[in-house]
Amino acid sequence: MTEKTKYNIAIISILLILFVVYNGFVYTSKENANPVILTEQALHGQRLWQENNCWSCHQTYGLGGYLGPDLTNVYSAKNKGPQYIKAFLNSGVKTMPKFNFSESEKEALVSYLKFVDSTGYYPNYHAIFKPSGWIELEYKNEK
Amino acid sequence: MKNKTSTLFLITALLALLMGVAFGLLAALQYLIPEFLKDLLPFHKMRPFHVTTVITWIVLCATGSIYFYLSQVEKFKLFSDKLMKTHFIVFLITGIGIYLSYFFGKMEGREYLAFTPILTIPILFGWLLFGINYFKTMLKQVKNWPVYYWMWGTGIVFMMIHLTEAHLWLMPYFREHVIKDLTVQWKSYGSFVGSWNMLVYGISIYVMAKIKGDHAIGRGKLAFFFYFLGLTNLMFGWAHHTYIVPTLPWIRYVAYGVSMTEWIVLGYMIYEWRRSLTKTEKDSYPLAYRFLVTTDFWIFVNLIIALLFSIPAINFFTHGTHITVAHSMGTTIGINTSILFASLLFIVSRISAFTKKEETSIKRSLLGFNISLFLFFMALLVAGARRSHWMYAGNDTSFSNMQESLFWVYMAFFVFGITLTTSMVFIGLPILRKLINGLRL
Ligand code: HEC
Ligand code: HEM
Repeated sequence: MTEKTKYNIAIISILLILFVVYNGFVYTSKENANPVILTEQALHGQRLWQENNCWSCHQTYGLGGYLGPDLTNVYSAKNKGPQYIKAFLNSGVKTMPKFNFSESEKEALVSYLKFVDSTGYYPNYHAIFKPSGWIELEYKNEK
Repeated sequence: MKNKTSTLFLITALLALLMGVAFGLLAALQYLIPEFLKDLLPFHKMRPFHVTTVITWIVLCATGSIYFYLSQVEKFKLFSDKLMKTHFIVFLITGIGIYLSYFFGKMEGREYLAFTPILTIPILFGWLLFGINYFKTMLKQVKNWPVYYWMWGTGIVFMMIHLTEAHLWLMPYFREHVIKDLTVQWKSYGSFVGSWNMLVYGISIYVMAKIKGDHAIGRGKLAFFFYFLGLTNLMFGWAHHTYIVPTLPWIRYVAYGVSMTEWIVLGYMIYEWRRSLTKTEKDSYPLAYRFLVTTDFWIFVNLIIALLFSIPAINFFTHGTHITVAHSMGTTIGINTSILFASLLFIVSRISAFTKKEETSIKRSLLGFNISLFLFFMALLVAGARRSHWMYAGNDTSFSNMQESLFWVYMAFFVFGITLTTSMVFIGLPILRKLINGLRL
């Protein structure tokens, strides 16, 4: 092995060690001050969300596809909420597919969206902008 | 040609590109006529079809190119031709499996990897075969690797790591925690893109070195510096995807710090570009060279945009809009696809030369490609800006009103999508023909 190769391997090894430690932290640390754990029903909703590709048109925290609106806080938004969500599910409005969810499946999806809602705000209207370009997010249920 | 498997990878890649853009157009159509064909060609299928297929293009073309360079250009003796064949067959069968899983609506996966998760196992297996073949071939036959060999090795290894990471949600520990789950999911996608960029950028350095016949390219300190910078960003820079997600602040700090190191890349590019102005451009360089030069422009544009929205205060407004899509398609088309076209042109130039007429047609199509992409990109930026304005300043009208107000912007997006597709077809088809001819030799 040449000197240069050894040198490169040394740098890669250092990066790899940092990477492993860093991943360890990301995977195991609490996600934020007040983590929310999904219930059985909400997990069912999450599965429906995933299997029916709601994410291809909708976003949570702005992540997803962009044909439809973000649903992070649809559960608690003014004039929206559980009944409103349910009304949309089998409606087939606009591009949204006409789903055929049973009552319990609708409940499960609503429960999932309720949990998502409880994790935070998006858009984060009360975020504080810092001169360094940083933003301090408003977290839900802080304290 | 002795070894046909690498060519088969490349042919499949081109077919994926052609199919992928067709799915893209069908998805875009839904923006214009929401009710039309919604049952037959629903967006929630067309989008995953599109995204997975164009990613397949990038990955297969990079893989085929690397196999080709090693076996046909460098004339290394591959550790095992059989492994390479198996790799191809595994990917081909898995690919068919993915489409079947889509057709039958078995899409239990997520964004980008929406197919049923079992299929990740053969994909990982394919990468493992590639990895074994690559390292076994290279460690024995090459001392003192130039940077592109390091990049390819890195790309292969990290591809496996992040494909796995993208499926951590299968464990309840991740799935139960909404925020952790989101964070890890988008962490893996960021690094997943970083991994294929290792393959593709390595290819661009390799092709440049071969075209210029300059063995010093890819061996200097600077080349390695940028490789390590890229690797650092691959590992730690992903979190600008999740600035807005209420996860632990330190994760977001690290991401901000690491992302900002990319300013160095920008500074260096401007410096190099100014230096190169004094040299005269050689007209005699082959077609592939032209594609690499255009790539510079797209790297420049995309880097500026990416750097801007790696600043959290700007990301705040661009996140969750089509500005993000402009960035993802701007980079995957402008940078990755241009480099891969350069690679293909370099490869077919070793099979046989294009006629003057074909060459002129490809040059013209490259121009069409760049102009269309620019306008396509602008349309997405405008759509994103409008949505951002709607979210933060004018949230007084409904979502569907906002979307309707963008009708002509989406129309522009669709029309430039068609011209973009057309130019890619005119570049891709002559290459495809040569590759198929090459198979017969
Ligand atoms: C093909 C795209 C698409 C898919 C897939 C889709 N939706 Fe929608 N959805 C839309 C669009 C577009 C709207 C906005 C309709 C309007 O406002 O006119 C919408 C609206 C909604 C709304 C109301 C949002 C609001 O703030 O007014 C809810 C709730 C919703 N969808 C839930 C779901 C769920 C749950 C799924 C998966 C089971 C899903 N959607 C799948 C396109 C889609
Ligand atoms: C080589 C060519 C192309 C590549 C590599 C490519 C890549 C991508 C990628 C990576 C995404 C995911 C974006 C994200 O979620 O952030 C995407 C989305 C999309 N692409 Fe493409 N694309 C290509 C060509 C096209 C063309 C020609 C069209 C047609 C107009 C198109 C239409 C779309 C649409 C509609 C979306 C979904 C955007 C949304 O979620 O609303 N793409 N593309």
